[in-house]
Amino acid sequence: MSEAIKIKLSKKDLESDQDVRWCPGCGDYAILATVQRTLAQIGVKRENTVFISGIGCSSRFPYYMNTYGFHTIHGRAPAIASGLKVTRPDLDVWVITGDGDGLSIGGNHMIHALRRNMDLKIILFNNQIYGLTKGQYSPTSAPGTRAPSTPTGSIDHPLNPISLALGAGATFIARAVDTDAKLMGTILQEAYTHKGAVFIEMLQNCPVFNDGVWDGVKGDPVGKQITLVDGKPLVFAGGTKGIKLGPGLVPQIVDVGNGPGQTPPSEILVHTERGSGLYAHLLAQLAQPEFPIPMGVLYRNDKPTYGELAIQQIDDAIARQGKGDLDKLMYSGMVWEVGADGTRH
Amino acid sequence: MDTKHLDRVVIRFAGDSGDGMQLTGTEFAKAAAEAGNDISTFPDFPAEIRAPAGSLFGVSGFQLHFSSSEIHTPGDAPDVLVAMNPAALKTNLKDLVDTGTLIINTGAFIEANLKKAGYAANPLEDGSLDKYKVHAVDINHLTMAALDGSELSNKDKGRAKNFFALGLVFWMYGREPESEIRRIHQQFTKKPAFGEANVKVFKAGYHYGETAEVFQTVYKVPAATFQPGMYRNITGNEAIALGLIIGAELAGKKLFYSGYPITPASSILHSLAKYKNFGALTFQAEDEIAAMGAAIGAAYGGSIAVTASSGPGIALKGEAIGLAIMTELPVVVLNIQRGGPSTGLPTKTEQSDLSQALYGRNGEAPMPVLAARSPGDTFYCAIEAVKIATRYMVPVMLLSDGYIANGSEPWQLPNLATLPRFDVIHRTDPSNYFVYARDQRTLARAWVTPGTPGLEHRIGGIEKDALTGNISYAPDNHEKQTRVRAEKIQRIAQEIGELDLAGGESGDVLVIGWGGTYGALRQAQQQLAAQGKQVSHAHLRWISPLEPGLAKIIKNYKRVIVAELNMGQLRQVIRATFLVDAVGLNKIQGLPFKVREVVEAIENQLVPQPTESTAVAPKPLAIA
Repeated sequence: MSEAIKIKLSKKDLESDQDVRWCPGCGDYAILATVQRTLAQIGVKRENTVFISGIGCSSRFPYYMNTYGFHTIHGRAPAIASGLKVTRPDLDVWVITGDGDGLSIGGNHMIHALRRNMDLKIILFNNQIYGLTKGQYSPTSAPGTRAPSTPTGSIDHPLNPISLALGAGATFIARAVDTDAKLMGTILQEAYTHKGAVFIEMLQNCPVFNDGVWDGVKGDPVGKQITLVDGKPLVFAGGTKGIKLGPGLVPQIVDVGNGPGQTPPSEILVHTERGSGLYAHLLAQLAQPEFPIPMGVLYRNDKPTYGELAIQQIDDAIARQGKGDLDKLMYSGMVWEVGADGTRH
Repeated sequence: MDTKHLDRVVIRFAGDSGDGMQLTGTEFAKAAAEAGNDISTFPDFPAEIRAPAGSLFGVSGFQLHFSSSEIHTPGDAPDVLVAMNPAALKTNLKDLVDTGTLIINTGAFIEANLKKAGYAANPLEDGSLDKYKVHAVDINHLTMAALDGSELSNKDKGRAKNFFALGLVFWMYGREPESEIRRIHQQFTKKPAFGEANVKVFKAGYHYGETAEVFQTVYKVPAATFQPGMYRNITGNEAIALGLIIGAELAGKKLFYSGYPITPASSILHSLAKYKNFGALTFQAEDEIAAMGAAIGAAYGGSIAVTASSGPGIALKGEAIGLAIMTELPVVVLNIQRGGPSTGLPTKTEQSDLSQALYGRNGEAPMPVLAARSPGDTFYCAIEAVKIATRYMVPVMLLSDGYIANGSEPWQLPNLATLPRFDVIHRTDPSNYFVYARDQRTLARAWVTPGTPGLEHRIGGIEKDALTGNISYAPDNHEKQTRVRAEKIQRIAQEIGELDLAGGESGDVLVIGWGGTYGALRQAQQQLAAQGKQVSHAHLRWISPLEPGLAKIIKNYKRVIVAELNMGQLRQVIRATFLVDAVGLNKIQGLPFKVREVVEAIENQLVPQPTESTAVAPKPLAIA
């Protein structure tokens, strides 16, 4: 990587020669631009960078990156990326997916890639809708979502991508919204240095089928989101409000201060990226409209990756047994010789 | 004591699925191989791990054919049946030859077991076994007696009874007990008390044969003659694992193998997982789709990528196989076929996934399909699959089946130094690179792996421009790409050697087969040819593309029979390709062909047929 840092790249170097074909106003444009800009800032080696996607609007992403790219099939990107990463640990492998691709048809691959702590950087574009198939509700859609397949409203309970990632065992979990290029850039930088399964929930607007679904987050950030800073208290609304834990670990919104009816800053929860799983799950449960939504790095943890352990096992086997001798392998078990007379000797 | 010489013997061990019949059979097969016989084995067991004791559906069997001459099959009918309980007798007796030998564990012939097996009366007492040479031995009791004073529990003592049976047959066939005793000790090094007990019981069985007066004769099956060389006994799944290791080596690449547990393919994963010091990386995926997906990812990165399954799993992999076809990445897909459809007959054999291999994907998605014909042949097929996949940049389907996977045979070890290498070269030259620029001879695109500077490009499942690899929905381009993908498969014909044909290049009957039926078909042909019949047998290794040698001869015969363990899947291909009025020999019982069945089917076709003008559409030949 030290070599990579010396390479001067501009955002343009990360742009492929293909016309971007998303709908005008799609949140994907902003995410693409930020990813290109951030990777240029990091100074990645383009040849060692691979973007792998499934199917859906977001999954067209690799075509627009001037890196290696693989647009695969619906839901399977984490599996394909896993096979690439364990065999090619030298590559930086990014997975681009969406709420339908990554949490519905590909839910199984998602949880297992995270569980194994595969060294993959997974960015899930969550727009709470199926865009490419023209607007059906998705596994993250709010209950009651009216869509072509649910004209009287969806009756499913949505799943919480962050809770899922935590439960599955991701070791770096973050969230950003498509319009917040600054936070997104910071998260991508941090994600790049993390060894292990990265899961970034990118709140992304679909202007055609689910326009404004995240307006509550971006329209009025003050009071609607908490920007997480490691070691700093969970405060929002300009520091006037904060989160404390009530009995039964129930989070409560309180007025912060030392006046009457206010909660002293010392009682406000302090964000700890490397906190307990319990704390991280609690953060994941903070959701609108009741609570402001936490943005930034929610959780991180260092654990050996699947690839490291797999290679370790091979190295150990070679150290223990010596490098495999093919002739010996062939001649193992019950071996006998038949002589020139055609009978056994 | 007499000693009688026999040319060959077929023996079947049958008992409860917990009775250890597979182990007994495997050990006796080793002894036969050790004594220099040619052997062929056929394990046949239920899908249940431990079916209820004494039940008919819980019977597990292991058939061994050992011979002083060359053999191709585990034998049509056993000469000797070892029945460890009434259910084993009931389900297997019909197969025993009329004057066959029966060794019966009378200790298990108690009322409860007789009832479970559906016997109204004890067959040992009602005269129904009179035509056989019956040796009634209370193996249960003798096993316990041999372990009198052992500290093992009665349950554990009882478990050793299969070694009594093994000892007995060792004596009957004059096998050397010493090496077996060594093997038992080796197998039980971690549980020496069990090893000791098993040896005791094994010896008790051996000595029982020697001292009990009921056994008057020792049978000797002399050693067979083989091609000079080094040999080992091998099952199909062991050989295929070795073939993959060697195939990757010959390609100069690392092996990546991903799989999801499924019968009867799992043991390939087990074998390869032990070969870590050869650099083989194995990955037990979360499901069949992920196993195929991970293989595609590994292939994209430049590994020799392999995944294996059986029919149900191959169905799940279908969409991802299509992705490998579209992106032109080399992946070897093994289908160790079992009985279908759906869950079907998981532990039985069938050849009913051929159509799935040829057509089981959306769109025009042809892929190369080859089939192994015997346990040892899977080794060479695996190497060939790796070679074709990497040379033509295609996923390749290699078909094996439960019969080949679990069956074993003496296998002449190849001299590795003489196997031709096919080193893979990845393109690194960035000048004038196009994703779908093709090699003139193979039509393969260049295998460029991530990490190569200046060659950054994008691939994917959407149709791409025939040169640049950019997304293209252009009508003419799609037709061009579709035709190129098909032509690429046809070009593989230039790699295929001579057709394996036994008999004349013309004659009365041509039998066409593929895969694991080889032994039965070849033996039937040899038998009839020896009688002067004009019968030939062509055995296909390549089905897609079809072996070029077949076109040259197929019209030279009066009748063409396509013999396969399905409803006629290859027959459809043959009829459609050659417009030949081929008839089918089809068996769908989860069992391999018997030589006799094939001989009879051919003989039926040797009877003069009506002239063309009066011919009716031929019916498939059903086997009773």
